[in-house]
This record gives sequence, structure tokens and C-alpha cells, in this order.
Amino acid sequence: MLKVVDLNVYYGAIHALKSVSLEVNQGEIVTLIGANGAGKSTLIRTISGLVKSASGEMWYAQSRLDSLAPHQIVKLGVSQSPEGRRVFRTMSVHDNLLMGAYTRKIDRATLHADMDEMFTLFPRLKEREKQQAGTLSGGEQQMLAIARALMSKPRLLMLDEPSLGLAPFLVQTIFSVIQNINRAGVTILLVEQNAHQALRIAHRAYVLETGCITLTDEASKLMENDAVRQAYLGG
Amino acid sequence: MEALQNLLQQTVNGIQLGSVYALIAVGYTMVYGVLQFINFAHGDVYMVGAYIGFFAITATFLSHFPPVMQGSITLLLCMTGCALLGNFIERLAYRPLRNGLSGRDAFPWALFWSLYVMLFLGKWLSSRSVLPAWIVFTVTFFVSLVSLSALFKLSFSKLSKHLKPSSDRLTALITAIGISFLLENQGVALFTTTPRQIQLKGIANDIHLRLSAFKYYSGNKLHVVGVRISGGEITVLAAAIILMSFLIYLVGHTRTGRAIRAVSLDKDAAALMGIPADKIIGLTFIIGSSLAGAAGFLNHEVSGISFDSNIGIALGLKAFVAAVLGGIGSIEGAVVGGLLMGVAESFTGGSVLSSLKDAVSFVILIAILLLRPGGILGSNVQEKV
Repeated sequence: MLKVVDLNVYYGAIHALKSVSLEVNQGEIVTLIGANGAGKSTLIRTISGLVKSASGEMWYAQSRLDSLAPHQIVKLGVSQSPEGRRVFRTMSVHDNLLMGAYTRKIDRATLHADMDEMFTLFPRLKEREKQQAGTLSGGEQQMLAIARALMSKPRLLMLDEPSLGLAPFLVQTIFSVIQNINRAGVTILLVEQNAHQALRIAHRAYVLETGCITLTDEASKLMENDAVRQAYLGG
Repeated sequence: MEALQNLLQQTVNGIQLGSVYALIAVGYTMVYGVLQFINFAHGDVYMVGAYIGFFAITATFLSHFPPVMQGSITLLLCMTGCALLGNFIERLAYRPLRNGLSGRDAFPWALFWSLYVMLFLGKWLSSRSVLPAWIVFTVTFFVSLVSLSALFKLSFSKLSKHLKPSSDRLTALITAIGISFLLENQGVALFTTTPRQIQLKGIANDIHLRLSAFKYYSGNKLHVVGVRISGGEITVLAAAIILMSFLIYLVGHTRTGRAIRAVSLDKDAAALMGIPADKIIGLTFIIGSSLAGAAGFLNHEVSGISFDSNIGIALGLKAFVAAVLGGIGSIEGAVVGGLLMGVAESFTGGSVLSSLKDAVSFVILIAILLLRPGGILGSNVQEKV
């Protein structure tokens, strides 16, 4: 479904991604784990078109993503919930969800049905519908960011650090929601520092270290891998 | 009582002037919202609006219409003309800076240079040709447009690999000042520096409204304290209120308006929602410039204030101060700031300090920057370094 081949990205003189190749198949949860500054966010920002690559190829279904603008990539069905949530702080929860559906030309009824679907997924958002997004708690903002990304009805959802800064019980909730979204037919590329949780729900995983993919395998096998256990799972 | 009378009258005058400032200030504030730089060429767009209005009213083809029709058509022409100019400036200068020069920028660049080719080559050709001048000019223009488009398209797409976009806001700011000089001097060349003054007949001076606040007897004489409002002033106010309400509705309650707000709040997040940033940025230029065009028409053709090709600098700077005063980035702030500036200027002008009329705006600017740098309705966010 998504195929990245030999991708190189530079930030000025810094070689942020070095010949990265990665593949995500229809229906999978694929996780990308790695330390701070390994290039995880850079990779999905590049896939979303926010960062331009120097060389390499990115394919989604039959379309080449490299030369497309971010809004065109969203239209193809690739959506991202960015790191740090990035909700529109002075807009209401309702308006944030509307922005998520920006690319879809739909009638009021469909829109409301889709929004209700988000409210069943995250009941907390229903209570906060009229509230400004900036006044929500961190966990609620994360739910909003994911719901907003889902409003474009993506076939591939990329999540950047959805557990960052959340209380442990909320992390559990978010991860089980991610599994539910996946069961509903959305393919997921999950970027995480919380390797333990990510590997628990993922089918396959990639390990990114200083811009290079160093390991890739089924998630359950990586959990058993000594190097991974030492580096990311605390021994 | 004389003083009270004066105060009331100056307030009315101030609100009228202030609504013109507000219309211009909106353009500064909206562009700042989406791009975080001050579009200094905005004042000169206003100047062009004033000239479009002047030439439309002096044109014979409009003079047969009744005054209201004539005024509406002129207003529409000013707004459309300025909207096109504003969007053209964005496409010519700011967009290539932001995204890097590419083949897509070929058309606005070709259009820009074709205008000069038409003026100079067309003039030379028509002096030695038997064809009527307008045919020579049109043909020169289109031949040049097509050939330059092709040439630029080819060279820009070759060059684009080597030219990196500039994310530096200072670059955009300096470019804006450059565009401002370009428009201003082009204005001098085209329209000369002769002061122009004209007033739309029929609306402006034939109607007067007298509003009396109260009446009192002093001795045996009846005195009336109140204000005198001319038709022109009513027109300016009404037009400003209609345009502003429309704008606030558009930004606050429509899909496009939400997209503008989203781009202002967080460009990356907006892009991830599938909002085409360049389109939205272009739209803010169109909206802001058309309002500046309307302001040019209202202030010069309806109120009848004389102007020349340097008017953009003076009025533009004051409107910019109004935008900062209200809180840059906030549309409601631009309205509040504009009205305050208008009233302050009008009060100074009507007092013994009348020679400081033009200075008062800058005194206010210094005061606001010291006391509340974010402006009256501004968010006052500290920029993270």
C-alpha cells in the first residue's frame, strides 16, 4: 500500500534520513520505533509532503508521492496525526473535526454521522464539543488530533507519538482505540518511543537509528530480540 | 456648549475616517495572520484603488447612470482591480520566495514583463506602423506574454533545483518594501504627481442629516447641540459596515473562513487537513486588497479628499499602526484599532494641536508597543526562540 524506497532527506547539512526503505501493507499496523532524534517524525513528515526529500521514491497505491503537495496527499487517503497534537487551539472541538473533513465534499447528514462515529470512538469529545481545543487536557487533545485525522476518511493513518505525555491509563485507552480503528479497516503507521506498547499492538515493526533502518521484523519477534530488548524495552 | 458640539462632530468625522483605516488595516492583519510578515505594498494597493475610482468616475461611459449606480459600479471596479493586483503581487513576488522559483511562477512573471514590453516596444513599433496603435499594443503584449511564458517556464524549471526557498521572514518583508516602491514609482510614472480631487455627485453633498442631541434656551435664543452628517459620510459608514460584516461572517462561519483561520493558527497542521495553503494565502491577498480598493474609493471619491500617487505610504502606514494597535492578526482588532486611530486623529485635528494630526498615530504606536505589545485584542504570545 505504502512503499518507500531509498529515501534520503537533508535538513541543511544534516543527513536526517539515509537510504530509508519501508513498506506498509493493506490492513497492517506497522510501527516505527527509535530514540529521540532518530528521524521517525522526519520520515512521516516526508511521506505527508511537509518535508521534501533529496532522493528516493515514495509510492502510495499507484501514485508517486514525492512531488505532491501535502493537501494532495491527504486527498489520496493518507492522513497524519502530528507529533504534539497540533490541534487548532482557538477553534472549538466541533470546528477542529470539521477541518479534518475539509477535503471531502459531503452533505450535512454524512458529516454528522461521521462526527457521531468519532464521538462513539472518543465519548469525551462529545462532552467537550463546543469547548475551545486549547482548553482540553493533553489526553483529550490527543483524542481530538486522532479523530480529526480520521475525519478525512483515510485508508492509511499515520500517528506520530500518540502516547507522548499521557498518563499510563490513557496510553492504554489510546492504544486500544488504535487497534479498533485498524479493525475497522484503516491501515496504520505508528511512530512511537513507547516501544513496549507499540510492539504489543503492531504486526510488523521497523527500528530507526540515526536516520537508518537497522532492524525490521514481525513485532512479536522484535519483542524477543536481545538488541531491541536492551535498547528499547529496558532489558 | 460650543466645545461639546465640536466634540460630537469630531467623533462623527473620526468614525468615518476610522472606518477607512479599518478597511485597510484588515488587509495587513490577515496577511500577517497567514504569513507572519507585514505586506508593506498594501498601502499602494489602496492608492491604485483610489486611482481606479478616479478614472471610473471621470469616464464618460459611467456618467449616464444615476449616481447610486455609478457609485456601485465604481466600487465594484475598485475592488476587483485591487483584488487582481493583490493576488498578482502574491504570485509574482511572495509565492516564489516562499516555495522557491518553479515553472508555475512563469505566468505572473511573463505577465509582469509583458506590460513593460508592451509599453516600450509597442510605442516604438506603433510610431513606425500604419496599423492603429491599440492593435500594435495588443499584439505586442500577447506575443510577448506567450514567448516570455515559454522562456520563463523552461528556465525556471531548470533553475528550480538550484534555488532554495527562503523561509526568512525578513526577506519577505524587504521584498514587500521593494514592491511598495515599485508600485509607488510606477504610480508616479503613470498618473503623475498631480493632486487629484473628485467627488461622486448626487450622493455625497445633496443629502444632509442633522441629528440633535439636545436643545436648550440661553437668553431667548434656541440652541441646538448636535451633529451634521453628510450623505458622503453616511455612504462611507454604511459601506464599511456592510463590507466588514460580510468579512466577519466569511471568516467566522464558512468553510473557507475556517480554512483561513486554520492556516493562521498552524500552517503544517492545516496542510495535514488537506487545506491548500497557497490557495488560502492567495485568497487572503484577494480579500485584503479588495477591501483596500473599497477604502480608496470611499475615502477619495465619496468623501472627496484630494490625493496623489504618494497617498499609499501615508495612509498605509496609519492603517498599519491601526492593525498593530488592535492586535495584529485579529480582524476585530483591526476594526477597533482603525476606529480608535480615526477618532484620535480627528480629535487632534479639531483641537489647538491640529498640526500634530499626522503625528498622533505614531505617538499611539509607541505607547501601545510599550504598554501592550500584543495590541488591544492581540493574543500577546511570547515567541519561542
